[in-house]
Amino acid sequence: MRDPYFPLLVVFFFAAAIVLSLLLIAHLLGPKSSSPVKGEPFESGNPPKGDARIRFPVKFYLVGMLFLIFDIEVVFLYPWAILFRELGVFGLIEMGIFLLILVVGFVYAWKKGALEWA
Amino acid sequence: MQQLVDQLIQEGYFEGVPKDFVYTGFMVLVALLVLSFFVAPLAGITSWLERRVWARIQSRVGPNRVGPQGILQWLADGIKNLLKEDIIPTAADKRLFALAPYVVFVGFFATFVVIPFGSQLIVADLNIGILYLLAITSLVVVGILMAGWSSNNKWSLLGGMRSAAQIVSYEIPAGLALLTIVFAAGTLSMQGIIKAQGWAPWDWLLFYNPFTFAAFFLYFTAALAEGNRTPFDIPEAESELVAGYVTEYSGMRFLFFFFAEWGNLYVIGAIATTLFLGGWQIPPITDHPVLVGILQFIVFFLKAYLWVFVAMWVRGTLPRVRVDQLMSLCWKYMVPLSFICLLGTAAWMVIWPQGNRVASFVMFLIGVAILGLFFRRVRFQIRHAQPVLYWKPYI
Repeated sequence: MRDPYFPLLVVFFFAAAIVLSLLLIAHLLGPKSSSPVKGEPFESGNPPKGDARIRFPVKFYLVGMLFLIFDIEVVFLYPWAILFRELGVFGLIEMGIFLLILVVGFVYAWKKGALEWA
Repeated sequence: MQQLVDQLIQEGYFEGVPKDFVYTGFMVLVALLVLSFFVAPLAGITSWLERRVWARIQSRVGPNRVGPQGILQWLADGIKNLLKEDIIPTAADKRLFALAPYVVFVGFFATFVVIPFGSQLIVADLNIGILYLLAITSLVVVGILMAGWSSNNKWSLLGGMRSAAQIVSYEIPAGLALLTIVFAAGTLSMQGIIKAQGWAPWDWLLFYNPFTFAAFFLYFTAALAEGNRTPFDIPEAESELVAGYVTEYSGMRFLFFFFAEWGNLYVIGAIATTLFLGGWQIPPITDHPVLVGILQFIVFFLKAYLWVFVAMWVRGTLPRVRVDQLMSLCWKYMVPLSFICLLGTAAWMVIWPQGNRVASFVMFLIGVAILGLFFRRVRFQIRHAQPVLYWKPYI
C-alpha cells in the first residue's frame, strides 16, 4: 500500500462516512412528520405552479462549450509548463503558435457574441 | 508521514502486524485527526468569526452569547441542525437530492489531502498535486448541479445553473494563474513548489516577477468566485433566488453545503499560501524537529488564515455584481489577463532561466509600498470615522 494514491481512497470513504453518520444521527434525533403542503416546492409562499423541469436559456450550454475548449487547453499547457526549463526558446515558440490558434478562436467567439450575457 | 510510520515499524512498535495494515491504520487515523480536530472546528470557527467580523464592519456586535465572545456559536448551530427534520420534497428526485451533499462534502474534504501544513505534515504529497486540486474542486460543481436540478424547484434550478456556469468559467483564470507558478517552480507537487521558495518574502514566488504578482490577485479573485463568495455570490443571492441551490435543503443536509463553503475559504487561503507565499518556510532558527514542525504549522496556518480574513473583509465591504458583469469580468478581462501573465512568465524564464533576484527584491519593495499606502489610507479613514464609533473596535 505504498501507493501515494491510496490515502485518497481512504479519505473519500472517510468523508462519505462522516456525512452518512451525521445524517443518520440527524435522522434519529429529528422530528418526522409529513403533509402534502410540506412536500411542495418553495415558491415564496404562492401555490407552486408546474414543476421545474422547464427549458432554460441556451447561454448556459455555450458557457459549458467554451469551458470545455479552454479547460482542455489548460490541461495541455501543464506538461509544457513542467518541461519548460528543458525546452527553452523552442518550447516558447511552439506553444506561442498553439496559443495563437486559440486566441483566434477566442476572438471569433467574442465577436460572435458568445461571451455576452444578456 | 511515511517516514514516521517506517521509523515506528523499525523500532518494533507493530511486531507481527502486516506492514500494509499499519499504513492503512495510520492513514485512517490521520484522516480522522485532520477532520475531527482541525477541519470541523476550523469551518465552524470561521463561520463565527465571519459573522463577528461582518458585524464589526457594520457597527453591530454579532453573536456573542454562546461561550466566551460567542466562540462556541458554531457548536450550538451544529447541534440545532442535528435536531431538525430532514425534509425531502415530494416532487424531488430523491436519490440525487440525497446524494448531492455527499458529492459536495467529499469534493471539499478531499482537497485537504494535498495541503502541506508542514514539511512532514501532509497526508499525501502527490506528484500531480495542483492538477489533483483542480480536478477535485470540480467535483463540487457536480454536487451543486445535482442539488439544483434534483430539488425540482425553480429557485434551485436557476441557482444551480448559475453556480455551475460561474464555477466552470472562473476555473479557467484560476487554472491559468496556477500555471504561472508551475512555470516558475517547474513542478506540480505542493511540497516541491514550497521547496522552490524561501522563507524570506523576496524568495516567494509572489515576487518572482510582475506577472506572478498579478497572477496572485487573479487567482484570489477567481477562487472567491469559485467558492461562491461575495461579491460573486450570485447563485445564493438571497434577494433574488431565496437561497439558490440549497432552497429545498434543511437540517444537516443544508449544513453540509455551508460547511464545505466555509471550509473552502481556508482551502483557498492554503493554496494561495502554498503557491505564492512560501508555504511553511521558516527562517533557520532551530534544529529541534518537533519545534520546527510546530513553527511551520503556525506560519502556514497564519498565512492561510490571513486570506480567510481578507475574504470576510471583502464580503463585508463590496456589493454583489450582476450576472452579466460577472461573466464578462471572467471572459473578457480575467482570461486574457491570465494568458498575458502566462506568456509573460514564460518569456521571463527564457530571458532569466535562474530567475532575477534583483527584480524579485524590487517587486518585494513595491509590494511593501502598496501595502503601506493601503494601511495609511485605512488609518486616515478610521481617524475620520472616530466620532461615529462609540466603542473601540475589537472582535
